[in-house]
Amino acid sequence: MENNLKRKIPQGFKAFQNSNYYQTIKAKKVPEVLASNKIKEVSNIKEIVEKLQLKDGMTFSFHHHLRNGDHVLNNVLAEVFKKPLKNITIAASSLFPVHEPLVKYIKNGQVTKLYTNYLNGPVAETVMNGDLKELLVMQTHGGRPRAIEAGEIVIDVAFIAASCVDKLGNASGKYGKNAFGSIGYAIADAKYAKKVVLVTDNLVEEHPFDYDIDGKYVDYIALMDEIGIQQEIVSGTTQITRDPVGLKIAKDAAKVLDKLKLIKDGFSMQTGAGGVSLAVANEISMIMEERTITGSFVSGGITGYFVNMLKNQLVEKLYDVQCFDLWAVYSAENNANHHLISASKYANPFHEDPVVNKLDFAILGATEIDLDFNVNVTTDSYGNIIGGSGGHADVANGCGVTVIVTQLVKTRIPIIKERVKTITTPGEDVDILVTERGIAINPKRVDLIEKLKETSIVIKTIEQLRDEAHRLTGIPREIPHSDEIIGVVEYRDGTVIDSLYKPLRMKK
Amino acid sequence: MKRSILFIPGNNPSMIQDSYIFEADGIIYDLEDAVAYSEKDSARIIVKSFIESGLIEDKEVIVRINDIDSEFYLDDINVIVSNYVDTIMLPMATEWSVRKLATKLDEIEEKKKIAKRIKIIPIIESGKSVLEVEKIVRHQRVSGVLLGAEDLSFDLGIIRTKEGAEIEYVRSKIVIAAKAYKKDAIDTPFTDVTDDEGLIKDTKRAKLLGMNAKACIHPRQARTINKVFSPSSFDIDFAKKVLKGYEEAQKVGLGVFSLEGKMIDKPIVERAQSVIMRAKYFKLENE
Repeated sequence: MENNLKRKIPQGFKAFQNSNYYQTIKAKKVPEVLASNKIKEVSNIKEIVEKLQLKDGMTFSFHHHLRNGDHVLNNVLAEVFKKPLKNITIAASSLFPVHEPLVKYIKNGQVTKLYTNYLNGPVAETVMNGDLKELLVMQTHGGRPRAIEAGEIVIDVAFIAASCVDKLGNASGKYGKNAFGSIGYAIADAKYAKKVVLVTDNLVEEHPFDYDIDGKYVDYIALMDEIGIQQEIVSGTTQITRDPVGLKIAKDAAKVLDKLKLIKDGFSMQTGAGGVSLAVANEISMIMEERTITGSFVSGGITGYFVNMLKNQLVEKLYDVQCFDLWAVYSAENNANHHLISASKYANPFHEDPVVNKLDFAILGATEIDLDFNVNVTTDSYGNIIGGSGGHADVANGCGVTVIVTQLVKTRIPIIKERVKTITTPGEDVDILVTERGIAINPKRVDLIEKLKETSIVIKTIEQLRDEAHRLTGIPREIPHSDEIIGVVEYRDGTVIDSLYKPLRMKK
Repeated sequence: MKRSILFIPGNNPSMIQDSYIFEADGIIYDLEDAVAYSEKDSARIIVKSFIESGLIEDKEVIVRINDIDSEFYLDDINVIVSNYVDTIMLPMATEWSVRKLATKLDEIEEKKKIAKRIKIIPIIESGKSVLEVEKIVRHQRVSGVLLGAEDLSFDLGIIRTKEGAEIEYVRSKIVIAAKAYKKDAIDTPFTDVTDDEGLIKDTKRAKLLGMNAKACIHPRQARTINKVFSPSSFDIDFAKKVLKGYEEAQKVGLGVFSLEGKMIDKPIVERAQSVIMRAKYFKLENE
């Protein structure tokens, strides 16, 4: 079966229609699951696992706010799989290289299914090897809470790392020695899982101030020495690039947004945490300072750069679903205008008021983009899994103008393809491509093209940009993949936008 | 007319490939100091094939060759000079070496049937070049002169500082000589690529003394330099008002008129014309 973007999808999955299809369907919502015990049982992971009456075929969930510093998933699974459990599904909001121990449970058949929004490292390698028995399901940050609320993912036990937990089971990521800030990805898990286990290294009598997870959903509190390494939550790229090519792209992206008159009082934006995206934010900040413009909010993954924008009153609020560095963690605790939000509030298409729908524009990256403006951030050109949507598809769909910033040629490989290897975000939601060698506008955005006509911005077609890249690199040979489907990429509405194939050439 | 010219090492294909996307008004493909002896031949071939690819638009293509006494000079000039090159940058320039290069260019242009007249930017980087700068700038092919403060300091036995007091006299001498013959006075590069504030200060100082352009050694520097040497939006707006007032004054036969309480006479009108000309040339009007 093929979906509307001519991508093959496996039997048993719903085919992607278009990016606004969800508006025509009625949201399903299962009831929240409340815990029966007000006073929570507190013990170590081993003893809590004993009480959980775990069975074959169950689904366990985890969040990724501790990112590559997470100790919880590995420690919990080490205890869980001391039991001879089989056919377990792991629903983790993201998986990083630190989660390498999961590989052996996949290989020995104890873990047979994975849901995640972002995946790289050894777990990605083993999935690409075909070791996972069922298909990998890559979701979006908004699609995951939607699926949980709709009962499409039924979580038997949610293991939620929290840096501060009180005896009533109220929890947050804001306080404690291993504070990680926002705990937004775990809110849906807490509300809808059959059993909720908070895993913490900081149990307090009473929560110091506010909390993000209400104890009414919590069944158990498991104690461990360290839930993770706080310093490791820092994403690899949270500094403004100094690369002149990246800076050129950033300057041009900000100029386009300025010429579109999007940088004005009250505007809202989101950027990725990458060096070029932050450089765009920096260019925008300079324009704001020069003209005394105050924005309303910045959303998404928050870094120290945005914390400074808030402190300097360039924006009124931050809506934070994930802290990308320790500046953001500190600000989350101390600045009342730094709001922590759930993944559902952030990007669930069926939420009554998702933040992404209020964004004027967003700056996003791409590993590949094609002539239809479809974007891939899930695989590389070989088909190796190197990431995933995260909030990419959600933000592109919700915001007013989606700007993709990327080098036209990366390590001698042109970024513009006839067809991207994997579609993460549909071209209908992508408006502007800014590269170091020119700017292309999606022909569907006639309004943007008209607005830029009277300005000094030179617009090229995406085909012209592709040809310019080919002049430098030649036309690269298409890298084939096998016919073996190893996973699916879900759009935010739960339909499948593309399939993931076992690569023929594994990246070494 | 230029504000910034960017040095790109001739033996670095990835930098060469990106060279034309940056904001510098001119690109200097360097065959001299940036290139090791063992790589002189390959650099020459790489630079030649890139500049002949036709990818560079709207930028002055400059090639810094090896100095006239070096064993590489003749190969450089014979291989590089073509219709795709606008300017040859000559290190360790003297009046004699500029004349010699000009004669050689006459010969190659005729032999290769090159339609245009290739210009020369001599580098003033020895005591002798400083003494001869007035004669150097007079040459028809010379479009401007570049101060090479690092080599000059070595030649003079003085220490280079960020503050630049030691090059104040030479900067001024170059400016006077260049401006007397309506040529570009191009300032020496600021070598600390991590010191953005220092670059601004150094460029402003050069501008104050009369330099109209500056060389840069990192693409990031070009933006700062362009900003310092470009008329500001305030300057452009004021110049437009002056020219409009002048037009109206002319209609009623007035040579001098008043604008916002200030008297506007011929030198101010000429400055306004110059600002608008530069704004148009550097496409600043709609920025």
